[in-house]
Amino acid sequence: MKSAVVVFPGSNCDRDLAVALRDVTGVEPVMVWHRDSELPEGLDLIALPGGFSYGDYLRSGAMSARSPVMRAVVDAAQQGRAVLGVCNGFQVLTEAGLLPGALMRNAGLDFVCRDVALTVANAQTPFTAHYDAGEQIRIPVAHHDGNYTADDATLDRLEGEGRIVFRYAEAVNGSARDIAGIVNDSGNVLGLMPHPERLIDDALGGSDGRRLFEGLVAALG
Amino acid sequence: MKARVTVTLKPGVLDPQGRAIHAALDGLGFAGIDAVRQGKLIELDLADGTSEAQVDAMCRALLANPVIETYRIEFA
Repeated sequence: MKSAVVVFPGSNCDRDLAVALRDVTGVEPVMVWHRDSELPEGLDLIALPGGFSYGDYLRSGAMSARSPVMRAVVDAAQQGRAVLGVCNGFQVLTEAGLLPGALMRNAGLDFVCRDVALTVANAQTPFTAHYDAGEQIRIPVAHHDGNYTADDATLDRLEGEGRIVFRYAEAVNGSARDIAGIVNDSGNVLGLMPHPERLIDDALGGSDGRRLFEGLVAALG
Repeated sequence: MKARVTVTLKPGVLDPQGRAIHAALDGLGFAGIDAVRQGKLIELDLADGTSEAQVDAMCRALLANPVIETYRIEFA
């Protein structure tokens, strides 16, 4: 599985994401600088990492979403290529219009940095095929602006179409419908606020995040 | 010429920062505050003749997120 990790100025979880991808796929991912207007050929997965790109100036992910590379990422997504946005990457995906809704300041105003309980709400996406439907997992979060919001019509549509992939199983940030991660209507673009790449090794605290990447390898080769 | 863009959360969108400011003002003893909402001011120094339509396009393209924000443009 050939993957790329996009690096924006201020991204700081790009190398963790690369480690997870290398560890699970056996193939070194390509690191792509945000000013590159083209992506490498033959990618199976494009990953947008966590961090504080552009210092979260204006709005988290707002300026990253308008970077030169994002034109190529949007094209790849529209061609059905798999795209994974983690934390700041999820924010970039909503700002780029690849996913609906927006991520706002956490309802409790705190930066939340701890392992949280998640429920796998949809185990039929390539990202979640190695989880069981309804399975509860623990994944770390580290964010200040993870409060997912969208209008009721959008939320109802996400629910009705099974596009809510992960839900918080405990109070974390006030997200509508406890949404932790969603996919687009074609199911090839996933955005989630938790950091699966931080929990891929039992020797380092747990491995509940590993199966997200294993599911992708199984689906994409 | 100068333009001042004020970006605010849409009515009905939760504004915990506004509520925190409200609580702090209450704590300082200011009475009679019904609600506080916090927004952003973006000041633009523009070439003479820049149209409101162009500033509006900047707002829609970047300065405001239409999912949760609304904006107002004033020219100085």
